[in-house]
Amino acid sequence: MSELWELTAHAAQEGLRAKEFSAIELTESVLSRVDAVESSVNAYITRTDTIAREQAMEADARFAAGTATPLTGIPFAIKDLIVTKGIRTTAGSRMLGDFIPPYDSHVFEQLKRAGAVLVGKANMDEFAMGSSTEHSAFGPTHNPWDTERVPGGSSGGSAAAVAAGECLAALGSDTGGSIRQPASLCGVVGLDPTYGRVSRFGIIAFGSSLDQVGPIGRDVQDVATILDGISSHDPRDSTSDPAPRPDMRHYLGRDIAGKRIGVPREYFVEGMESGVRARIEEALTRLESLGCEIDTELSLPMTEHALAVYYLIAPSEASSNLARYDGVKYGLSERGGSGMWENMEQTREQGFGDEVKRRIMLGVYALSAGYYDQFYLKAQKVRTLITQEFQEAFTRYDALVTPTTPGIAFPCGAKLDDPYAMYLNDVYTLPSAVAGLPALSLPCGRSEEMPVGLQIIGDVGGEGTILQIGHAFEQSFGQANRLAPL
Amino acid sequence: MYDFHMEISREQVLHIGRLARLGLQPAEIDRLTSQLSDILGHFEALGAVDTADVEPTAHPLPLQNIMRTDSVASSLTREEALSNAPEVEDGLIRVRAVLE
Repeated sequence: MSELWELTAHAAQEGLRAKEFSAIELTESVLSRVDAVESSVNAYITRTDTIAREQAMEADARFAAGTATPLTGIPFAIKDLIVTKGIRTTAGSRMLGDFIPPYDSHVFEQLKRAGAVLVGKANMDEFAMGSSTEHSAFGPTHNPWDTERVPGGSSGGSAAAVAAGECLAALGSDTGGSIRQPASLCGVVGLDPTYGRVSRFGIIAFGSSLDQVGPIGRDVQDVATILDGISSHDPRDSTSDPAPRPDMRHYLGRDIAGKRIGVPREYFVEGMESGVRARIEEALTRLESLGCEIDTELSLPMTEHALAVYYLIAPSEASSNLARYDGVKYGLSERGGSGMWENMEQTREQGFGDEVKRRIMLGVYALSAGYYDQFYLKAQKVRTLITQEFQEAFTRYDALVTPTTPGIAFPCGAKLDDPYAMYLNDVYTLPSAVAGLPALSLPCGRSEEMPVGLQIIGDVGGEGTILQIGHAFEQSFGQANRLAPL
Repeated sequence: MYDFHMEISREQVLHIGRLARLGLQPAEIDRLTSQLSDILGHFEALGAVDTADVEPTAHPLPLQNIMRTDSVASSLTREEALSNAPEVEDGLIRVRAVLE
């Protein structure tokens, strides 16, 4: 009756260890699910069926030899800005449409070492710029709960694949909400780790002071397990925090009575859908019944500036990072013009989509002579104030709880012609990103039959606490591993 | 306090587009002029935030001078490093003429 692709990663692990089924059977189940639904979801840019089967056979050998890890044999989707040696990596862009990386990212090395199985490279907004996965050069991903709606973005392919059963777990990346917002819109669990916790080595750069890779899964336990698997210190990323990482699964199942939770009132303002508000209020009641102390009087007045700060800093960093795409060393190279400069312009005109060009323009403007102080420097200073405000709050609270997004998944195309309306989707996920804080999104019910996400923000290095609270909520709520009705 | 001018002119868009070497077409320049003005207009409140004596944040972690041992390690071979180059000659990347 129940299919193997419906399992959580930890349930699949139990089955694999108990020899109830093999890793190759699990992988074949997932691959047949991909065959069945991919034409309506489009979660993948590149499928890696052959590699998946080889890795599944290796995983079975590890179970036989007793060398399996908690991720051995688990079929993964990974976002297509995570560099994979010998496997095309596009970042959702025409610019990298034929790019075959000669090396592996740190996180993919970790997954391979753990014995995970790669199902494919997940679709995304081009260079991670977008909130709907409609800005992909490889066509949009559709939300598996309603394929007329967007899955969120930019890690929309990763979140949709997890929700649709096209993998058991996934990696995404979060710069201003790109893991949490699609996790929320697709009804799955996503974690943006503390900046510096997961190595950025081999992650195609967007906003270097903000980018962070993180897990997407069907429940909190899976997300905790994946974080443990990918977050080791990496000397190849100078922003990788050398501090030891505690075992996240150790936090799960612990009582949360007495946890102090702040609910910043700035996150409950106009523009929030009534169905979202209702689910969040119910979630707060549930957390209170679990013994948490809920304070709804908290005010974080700098919150309103996070969007402007983010949309000046991230595009500025992007305009610098994306200067490398010049058609000379790798990537698309238009060669029809009369010389180097003309070819460079043609390459960038052809290779970048509209949203990427818009962000580069915004960034170059914010950094340009005469505007640097007014825009970029000002944004960096207000970034300090936002961070200080969070630091002050975390002297009094263990975690902050907010909605992940102001609304449920919106219809495809609804916000494509209004860039600012698209940016507003990230209004609740931007502040913690700007401050480098960890934040979890997990399902807390539905509105109009579509998933609603609860966001739990932690202090620096506070992943354990927010996973503990999220896990207790999930156990109480009893709706973990809700696959999309596809 | 800075004077926040949020309107961006067509000439400015043209200038930035040249700096960014995006090969923008006339229709794109018109569209970007109105879109960027709209986006920047929403950022106006930022100008009113008091940031006197506030240090800018370039980076959210208080990490400084992360060092590693200067030791020999394996790296990409020449062949691997050139494997994605659009044009290669004698083990080197071939570029178009810089001077016309």
